[in-house]
This record gives sequence, structure tokens and C-alpha cells, in this order.
Amino acid sequence: MELFDIAFFVFAFITVVSAFIVVFSKSVIYSAFSLLFTFFGVAALYVLLHADFIAVTQVLIYVGGILVLMLFGVMLTNKIVNVELKTGTLHTIPALLLVSVVAGTLGGLFYSTWKGDVAPPPPPFESTTKTLGEMLMTSYLLPFEIASVLLLVALMGAAMFARRRTKT
Amino acid sequence: MSQELLMYLSVAILLLPLIGFVKVIFFGKRLPRQGDWLETLAISVALLLSLLVLYQKLTLYHAETLSLNFTWIDFHDVPGIGPLKIILGFSIDNLAAIMLVVVTLISTLVHFFSIGYMQGDVRYSRYFAFLGIFSFSMLMIVLANNLFLLYVGWELVGLSSYLLIGHWYEKKSASDAGMKAFITNRIGDVGFFVGIMILFGTFHTFGLTEIFEQVKAGNLPFGSEWWLTAAGVLIFCGAIGKSAQFPLHVWLPDAMEGPTPVSALIHAATMVAAGVYLVARTFPLMTADALMVITYIGATTAFISATIAVAQNDIKKVLAYSTISQLGYMVMGLGVGAYSAGFFHLVTHAMFKAGLFLGSGSVIHAMHHALHHQHDHHTDPQDIRNMGGLKAKMPVTFWTFLIFTLAISGVPLTSGFLSKDSILAGTLAFGNLTGHILIPIVGFFVAGLTAFYMFRIVILTFLGEHKSPERFSLIHESPKVMTVPLMILAALSFFFFYSMNPLDGAEGWISQATQRPETVVPASVAAASTEVFEEAHHHAHYTAMFLSLAVAGLGILIAFATYHWKKISADKVAENFSGLHKFLLNKWYFDELYGVIAIGASLRLTEILKWFDNTIIDGIVNGSGWITKVTSAISGWFDNWVIDGAVNAVAYISGFFGIALKKTQTGKVQTYVALAVFGVMVFYFAMRLL
Amino acid sequence: METFFAEFIRWLPKVGLSHFLIVSAILFALGIYGISTRRNAIMVLMGVELVLNAANINFVAFSRYGGVNFDGQVAAIFVIILAAAEAAVALAIVLNIYQRFQTVNVDEISTMKE
Repeated sequence: MELFDIAFFVFAFITVVSAFIVVFSKSVIYSAFSLLFTFFGVAALYVLLHADFIAVTQVLIYVGGILVLMLFGVMLTNKIVNVELKTGTLHTIPALLLVSVVAGTLGGLFYSTWKGDVAPPPPPFESTTKTLGEMLMTSYLLPFEIASVLLLVALMGAAMFARRRTKT
Repeated sequence: MSQELLMYLSVAILLLPLIGFVKVIFFGKRLPRQGDWLETLAISVALLLSLLVLYQKLTLYHAETLSLNFTWIDFHDVPGIGPLKIILGFSIDNLAAIMLVVVTLISTLVHFFSIGYMQGDVRYSRYFAFLGIFSFSMLMIVLANNLFLLYVGWELVGLSSYLLIGHWYEKKSASDAGMKAFITNRIGDVGFFVGIMILFGTFHTFGLTEIFEQVKAGNLPFGSEWWLTAAGVLIFCGAIGKSAQFPLHVWLPDAMEGPTPVSALIHAATMVAAGVYLVARTFPLMTADALMVITYIGATTAFISATIAVAQNDIKKVLAYSTISQLGYMVMGLGVGAYSAGFFHLVTHAMFKAGLFLGSGSVIHAMHHALHHQHDHHTDPQDIRNMGGLKAKMPVTFWTFLIFTLAISGVPLTSGFLSKDSILAGTLAFGNLTGHILIPIVGFFVAGLTAFYMFRIVILTFLGEHKSPERFSLIHESPKVMTVPLMILAALSFFFFYSMNPLDGAEGWISQATQRPETVVPASVAAASTEVFEEAHHHAHYTAMFLSLAVAGLGILIAFATYHWKKISADKVAENFSGLHKFLLNKWYFDELYGVIAIGASLRLTEILKWFDNTIIDGIVNGSGWITKVTSAISGWFDNWVIDGAVNAVAYISGFFGIALKKTQTGKVQTYVALAVFGVMVFYFAMRLL
Repeated sequence: METFFAEFIRWLPKVGLSHFLIVSAILFALGIYGISTRRNAIMVLMGVELVLNAANINFVAFSRYGGVNFDGQVAAIFVIILAAAEAAVALAIVLNIYQRFQTVNVDEISTMKE
């Protein structure tokens, strides 16, 4: 057990446990906050995978952007008097069955990729930011441009949707 | 002018209506006059450019085919096939250059006419936008030098036709007619598609020139001549649908629910002629068997629809059946090998049939306004029994309509005479060469019928007395924007635009520019070669001319005798059409023969001939009337049960599955997600186990 | 069973590709569970975010261990971009639904059935 392994288990534990809380917690607010920990845990896993740029992006966009949006959503769609903010669940038993089959299958499949020995870990990457930047500007230029247009469209669309309708 | 420049000009012609369409469909309501001027301007510029292209093509590059190609997709090395590229492109040969002018000219005139006709319509700007997309897709068919783009244009004209037929979709009959047209066309298009795929599967190219070269080099689809015939017939299936040939002709009469200028543009002059154009384009591929199928389908269509047209009372329905019949003529002409004659008839027919429709539009417009003024919403403005005597009120419409009618009847000095005569000579030559004697017989019989029913509507509409004097006083001539297109088309229905010799169309520039291409199929399955056929065609020319003059004259004479000279009240005709018709026919024969006999023969001869009249002639006349009636009834029955039944069955099956599958839609997102995941798992385990 | 556990014990401390993949599998399963059981639309969206994160871990892990290159990371960036767009639009829709139905419980909004 090296430092790398210990770090992995710590962060994997944080990620998985907080994800459990996200899904099983009754309170929306609790869920949202443990989602924060899940995102951080995943970001840490990215760091362990030597993907520093992705890790930073994860923190910036998920934590800084999406989670805040979610919280706004929670606030705006519940009446202030409804302090509890609890939500029910539906047909949990069949869903639980289905999901355990999914988890079992995927886990078994991934586990079976282990060939007994651990391959020697690949050499550490240099800082990935420069390489990623170059790739985005060369071989992935078209998807990159499309993504930027998509973001613009999503922004305008969201603004239009969320605008309060004036009664005509 | 260089070849490249000509090609770029052609692409500009193609794109102009599209630009107009985009502009008008999105911003039409905000443009001044709802954007009609923009569409009209675009198509007028396209017309001028087309005229320029045609002139340059015929003077500078008479024998060449100009083309502009680009690679659409490069698949590089495909396993099992080798390098595969899909090359698309446009090309201009004489055929395409002439069609460009025909399409843009009719389209321009219809645009102008529509400004008057559609005034005040609820969806005025959308109407013009759809005209634009139609022109674009039709021009794409004309310019495409490969089956792929041709098919794209083919489907797009189908779509625009659907949109325009259903323009007044509040009327259930109009939206139904749109759907019927679309679905019936689809049936033919499936055959067309399979035909394209047979060729593509063998040659791995969509380019027509490349395919012709391959076939000429002896490569046949799947190595068999049978498959080549099959490919030809399947491609012709597309033409059957689009050109309303038997047995898929049912949609065209219904399509008359659309606005009348649309009927003129799409369902008379251009789109329905696309099928003929397609056959002309793929002509070198056709084997003798395929051409035989084409000939017989064309002849059947011409015959059936001409007989039906005789019994119709709706002015547009008569014109619709007449269109089908004339299209059958063109297809038959191509089938027998009279290539340039068939195409020539396409061009001349486009002019006078568009004119006939626009003329009927002018009449309906006037009737509609008069009825509207009287607050009479029960009288049908399209029924010829409600018309009559309009000559005095609408002189321009009458005279132009008369010219078009003379042209379609094949009276000398008109364009129709040249082209029709040429086709009939072709059928005679074909009959001589192959022994299929039925084809020329049908051809001449239909020529006579055409003259008859066309003059019937002229007489009933414009001559005689109007039924209601009060309504008559309200009818007035259409505005200039509608009558000027009519006059232009009327001028174009004379012979001198097409040939300096009023008796022989083969010397005209169109026929000279569109010589029959050499066939590429193996000699063992080819039809009679061009030289042999041209010889026979030339030989049959004068016979055909006199015969066609005779039948046309007879048809006109019968029409006048029946509807004009006897001055029968239109009400009686309406009540008891077929019986009265036969009765009139009999009496006229009696009078004629009696006159001849009284001058020159003895009483005894008179009695013999009287007996002859009463039994043989009456029998023949009654019999032919009866046969016509039975044929109409049979073809009507066939339409209603077999063809409509097939269409309805398809719709019913789709509906059934729709209802059955509707139950799985609970409307709950989460159920969908869970089911999707479940499905993925099922797939995964199935793959593992198998 | 004996050998399975022995192998598992041997596997567990040697962190490699499969460890990351299994974490992602767990996140994915939890995400699907969240999507299909929670009534609140926002909770459903959180489930979606979990699923996307699980996919992203896979991308990055394969990019590192698959002997590949940076293509996996680029894909991960695009996933994040899409997630951002999706969250914005989805929340706008949720707000709209709330204005219209006065609830964000997805089981009560089944007018799509008709």
C-alpha cells in the first residue's frame, strides 16, 4: 500500500458514500450538499489519474456552476413555507432490483478486466493543459466550435424558457 | 462565354428560388406586400439567366455536355468494394437547357398570375414561398447529372406539391387530396429507389454518364440483361407515380383541390412532366422490353383518361384528365422511340396546358367573385354546366383559351400540331416495325377524343347563353396581371417559336437539339436502332399528319354538332348527359347521311341505307357509347377499389400499430429510463449468451 | 469461493484501472437509481449528473491506463460542456413546469401520455 493507493481509497470512499447520501437522503438540501462532496471526490480521482486540467474544470464547472444552479432550482421551486423540502420516492423495490443487477454486471465486467498482475503504472504525465489546448485547437477544432455554439444556444434557450410569461 | 461561367450561371438559376424561399418563409409576413415581389423577382431573374444559358448552349456548345462535379463523401477504401467516392454534380445538355427555360418561364408566368389570383388569401406569403421551393427542386431535377441529386429533387417536388395541394387545408378534401398525392407518389418512388439501388449496387456510382459507360462496356447489373430491364422498369415506376401514369394516375384529378395556378405550374406543365424528363434522361439504359412496358403503360393511360375526360363536368377535372392523357402520349412517344417527339410534346404541352389551366383559373376567379357577390355559396364555380356565354364578358380569356384548345387538339399552325403529329408518326413507325398495331390505333383514337372533349368545354363555357342573367352581369374580365401571362402563353402556342415549317416539327430547333441518344444496352436486347427508326418515322410522317388532321377535325365537328349547333339547354345535358349525348350523335349522323342520299340516289337505295342506318350505324354508335361507359366504369371501379384499397390498407395498418403501441407510452419519464436500462441489460445478456 | 476471496484480497490493495472503473460503476448505478425513483425533478437531475460523472471517470481512467493518449480527456471536457448546457436548459424547463403545474414532481406531470 503506497501513498497513491491510500489516497485512492480515501477519495473513492468519500465519493461513493456521498453519492449514496445524494440518492437516498430524504431532504433535497442534504442531497445537494453531499453532491458537492461527490464532485470534489471525483475531482480528486482525476488528480490521481494525472488529469489536472479536468480536475480543475470539474471543480469550476460542477461545483461552481451546476451545483449552484441546482440550489437555485431547489429554492425557486419550493414555497418558502415548505420548510422541510422533503421529497418522496417511487417504486423503490423494482428500481433497487434493476440497479443492483446493473451494478453487479458492470462491476463484474470491470473486475474481470484484472489479469492477476497489476501492470506497472504508466509514467506520470506532464502538465496536460498545454496538450489539451493544442488538441482542442487542431484535431478537435470542429467539435470545439460546435460545443461553443451549443453553449450559446443553451444559454439563450434557457433564458427564454425561464422568462416569466406575460399574460396576453 | 466560357463553359465554367455557364455552369456557375446554372447553379445561380438553381439557387435563386431557394434564396427567395428562405427569405419569404421566415420574413414573408414582415416584408412589404408579404414578399410576393421578392419571389417573383427571383424567378424572373432565373428566367432571364435561363434564356441566356440556352442561347449560349445552342450557339457555342451545341453538341457538348457541360458539367460541374464535386465530391460529396469520400469513403476512401471500403472493404469489398475498393475506393468509393460519391460524386455529385450538375450538367447542362440541350435537354436540360430547354427544360430550364420551360420551367422558369411557366413558373414566372404563374407567379405573376398568382399575384392576381391569390390576392387576399390568408396564407399569401407562404404560398409564394412554397412556389419558390417548388421551382428550386424542379430545377434540381433538371440540372442533376446523377441519380442521387435527381432523387432528392424528386422527393422535394413531391413535398412541395403536397404543401401546395393542401394550401387550403381547412377544406378536408384539400388536405386529403394532398395526402393522397403524396402517398401515391411514394409507391412509385419506392420502385424508383430500388432501381437506383440496383444500379448503384453494381456500378458504385450515381453518375448517369458513368453508368452508361459501364453498361456500354458490357458490365450488366448482376451480370444479367434481365436485371437491366428490371432496373429500367423500376426507374420508370418513379415516372409512373410522378407523371400520373396508369395505374397510379388517381392522384392527379384530386390534386385539383389546390389553387388553380398551382395546378397550372405543378400538375400540368412541370412536375408531372418530370417523369417524362426522367425517362428521357435514362433513355439509353432502356432495353427493348422496358420500352415495350413504357409504351403500353403510356397508351393505356392515354386511352383511359381520355374516355373519362369526356364524362366530366368540372372544368378543372376535364383538364386534369386531359393532362394525364397527354402525359400518356409523351410516355408512349418515348416508349416507341420517338425521343425528340416525346420531349417536344412535353415542351409544347407545358405551354398550352399551363395556359388552359390559367385560363380556367381566370374563369373560376370571375365566377367565384360573381357568386360571392350574390352570396350564393351553393353553386359550384367550377362546373361548366353553370357557365356559358362568357365570351362576351371575358374576351381575352376566351380567345387565349381557344388558341390553347386548338393547340391541344392538334390543329395546324399550332405548336401542338407539330409535336402531336410527330408522336403519332412515331407510333405508326413503331407499329410497322414491331407489329404492335394497337399502339397507333389508340394514339389516333385518343387524338380524336381530345379534340372532342376540349371543344366541349370551350363551347359550354364561353359560347351559348349564360344560365343566370343576374350573375352574368356581375362577371367581368380578370385584371391585367392575370391576362398578360395568358397572352404570352397563347403566343407561345403557335408554331413559329418551334419550327419554321408549320407542317413538320422534326425540322424545328428543339427536335434538332434533342436528337435521340444512342442506346448503351447490348444489341441483343436493344430496340430498333436510331437509323432504322428515323427512316420509318420519316416514312410515316404524312400518313400520320392526314390521319391526325382527320380525327381532330372529326372530334371538333362532333363537339360543335352536339353542344353548339343544336342549342341544347345545358340543364338537360346536366340531367341526362349520356343518353342525350348518344341521341344527338345519332341524329347528326342521320341528317348528314340523309342529305347525301337525297341528292344522289333512288328511293330504293334510300330504304336500304335507312335499314343500314337503323341497325348497323345505330349499333356501332350505341356500342361505342356502351364500350366507353363500361371502360369508364371499369377504370373507375379499379381506381376506387384496387388502388384506393391498397392506399387505405397501408394507412389502416399504420394506424393499427400506432394504437397498439400507444399503450406503452405512460407519459412518465422515469418509467422510460428504467425500461431503457432494462433493455440495455437484456441486450448485454443476450450477447453474452449467444 | 475460497479462491475468489483470495484473489479479491490480492486485487484490492493494488490500485489500477479496474478500481477506478468499479467506482464509476457504483456511481452509475446510484445515478440510475436516483433518476428512476426520486419524485422531485431536481433530484432526477442530480442523478443525471452522477451518471455523467461516472462516464467521465471511465474516459479519464482509460486515457491514463489504456496506453492511449489525451483523446479520453478531451472527450471528458466535452462531456462537462454538455453537462453544463444540459443543466441550464433542464433547470429552465423545471422552472417552467413549476410555473405551469405548481409542482416539480415528475410522476404528476404525465400529460405527454395524451
